[in-house]
Amino acid sequence: MTTADLQVIPRGVSLWQDAWTRLRKNKLAMAGLVFLLLITLLCLLTPWLVAYGYEQQDLRLGAVPPSADHWLGTDTFGRDQLTRILYGGRMSLAVGFIATAVALLIGVTYGAIAGYAGGRIDNAMMRLVDMLYALPFMIFIILLMVVFGRNLLLLFLAIGAVEWLTMARIVRGQILSLRQQEFVEAAVSLGLGPVAIVWRHLIPNALGPVIVYTTLTIPNVMLLEALLSFLGLGVQAPAASWGLLISSGVETMEEYPWLLIFPGLTLTLSLFALNFLGDGLRDALDPRTAKD
Amino acid sequence: MWRFTVLRVLQAIPVILTVITLTFFLIRAAPGGPFSSEKAVSPQVQAALEARYRLDQPILQQYFSYLADLAHGDLGPTFRYPGRTVDELILDGLPITAELGFYALMIALVLGVTAGVVASLKPNTLQDYVPMGAAMVGICMPSFLLGPLLVLVFGIWLQWLPVSGWGSTPGDKLLPSITLGAMYAGYIARLSRAGMLEVLSQDYLRTARAKGLPEYVVILKHALRGGLLPVVSYLGPAFAYLLSGSFVVETIFQIPGLGRFYIQAAFNRDYTMILGTTVFLATLIVVFNLLSDIAATWLNPRLRYQYKQ
Repeated sequence: MTTADLQVIPRGVSLWQDAWTRLRKNKLAMAGLVFLLLITLLCLLTPWLVAYGYEQQDLRLGAVPPSADHWLGTDTFGRDQLTRILYGGRMSLAVGFIATAVALLIGVTYGAIAGYAGGRIDNAMMRLVDMLYALPFMIFIILLMVVFGRNLLLLFLAIGAVEWLTMARIVRGQILSLRQQEFVEAAVSLGLGPVAIVWRHLIPNALGPVIVYTTLTIPNVMLLEALLSFLGLGVQAPAASWGLLISSGVETMEEYPWLLIFPGLTLTLSLFALNFLGDGLRDALDPRTAKD
Repeated sequence: MWRFTVLRVLQAIPVILTVITLTFFLIRAAPGGPFSSEKAVSPQVQAALEARYRLDQPILQQYFSYLADLAHGDLGPTFRYPGRTVDELILDGLPITAELGFYALMIALVLGVTAGVVASLKPNTLQDYVPMGAAMVGICMPSFLLGPLLVLVFGIWLQWLPVSGWGSTPGDKLLPSITLGAMYAGYIARLSRAGMLEVLSQDYLRTARAKGLPEYVVILKHALRGGLLPVVSYLGPAFAYLLSGSFVVETIFQIPGLGRFYIQAAFNRDYTMILGTTVFLATLIVVFNLLSDIAATWLNPRLRYQYKQ
């Protein structure tokens, strides 16, 4: 045996590299990821990509089926549907990401405090979460939209404020078990304060389940926005969101079915992609709770 | 076990009180009075209206009077339907919504549990992928899209089924029930598959097989009981989602149920109606969460034991 042999030590594989390898093998999740990146990119670049404005009408044209000029047809006002779907995507994705970010912020902070404090504080904080779980939030969001008008910022906040509960439970559970481990004891003996310990040592270690649940929250949030817009309580015309486009597509579906089918297809495919990606991430990051 | 039940019931009371208080003050904080959109009325009429709806009293007194009325089930008069009370409107809508919800839940349970159990018996084969793929479609296709699509295909193009209504033409209950049930069928399929997979690998099933029991007895009698626990715990929250789902389905199919009343009240700013329906629905949801928690504990010997301590 020579020294050269000894040097060929297999390199350690980090959790993230390992997860990425596993995720890459999951065809459905990867297809979801590619689809999402593509549609996000398209929506971000919309103003530079499309030939029409989202409120640009052509009343003489009216509603026409898909053609070379209008790839996905036009609506009853002669507005280009592809343009409106892409602009609607900006709105729907923005609600999805911002409201999820709100939920993430509240949920992780709350869960981390409860899990790290433990004991009576933890107990009281989690009782509150239990109580909030029992509240009919859908009804409250409708109530909020009625009372304070159809305010977009409020919509983001209200949806985010609803979705943080499960996140708080997950983070709290993680922190609670991580707190017992030796590296935390080491950090304490080095004189680190509780904020530094939670922020630098505990939360990064709980990141796996948080990422998974975040990916699964985005489709829920987007669905909620679409539902509210469908009921006329969310985004208002002439602005567009996928829910609003579906809602106006329903009104004319008998004569112009393409106005319902294309926005519906876009929303459904995006939700599909997000759910598959979320499932794939769960299998990759947390093999213990993987489906099989 | 009794201790747990009593504890859970006691926990539900502050939740319901919170809902009532929150809704009451939220609605009072809304800009514009309930009559602001009506045409101008004489000061005397205005005063009479305000006295009738107790708007001339201090807000705290209004709140306590409302609680007192609520204690014997009186939700007060409506703003927009003169001469009718919120109680009457809720009683009109409730049976319809309850029927719709019941059919939807039955469809969801039958389809979902069948799909989940079938998939769990041969994981990662075609027998797993096909039902689970269908479940994913059910979850990702929102009801406000599925409903109109079903109407378009079966109501308008094929003309097999009526496009709207409830109980006026034969077969008009089918599409709304399927629309509302589809998403829950998807969730229930995933939950029962996961639950079954966990149970199927356990020792007591090996024992059952070793005793020489036929496979269908092993699955139906022994595995199902444990495997469906996640589904039972899901039923409480599912009930809440069913209610909010009924808002959409009743709007699409023009069904005169509770959900449609609620959305209409929200649009009309009929404050007593919103308040009354919210309180009613919230109480219903809390009660169902309670029942599903208690049922899940009864069914699970491990939880039962934990609470005996």
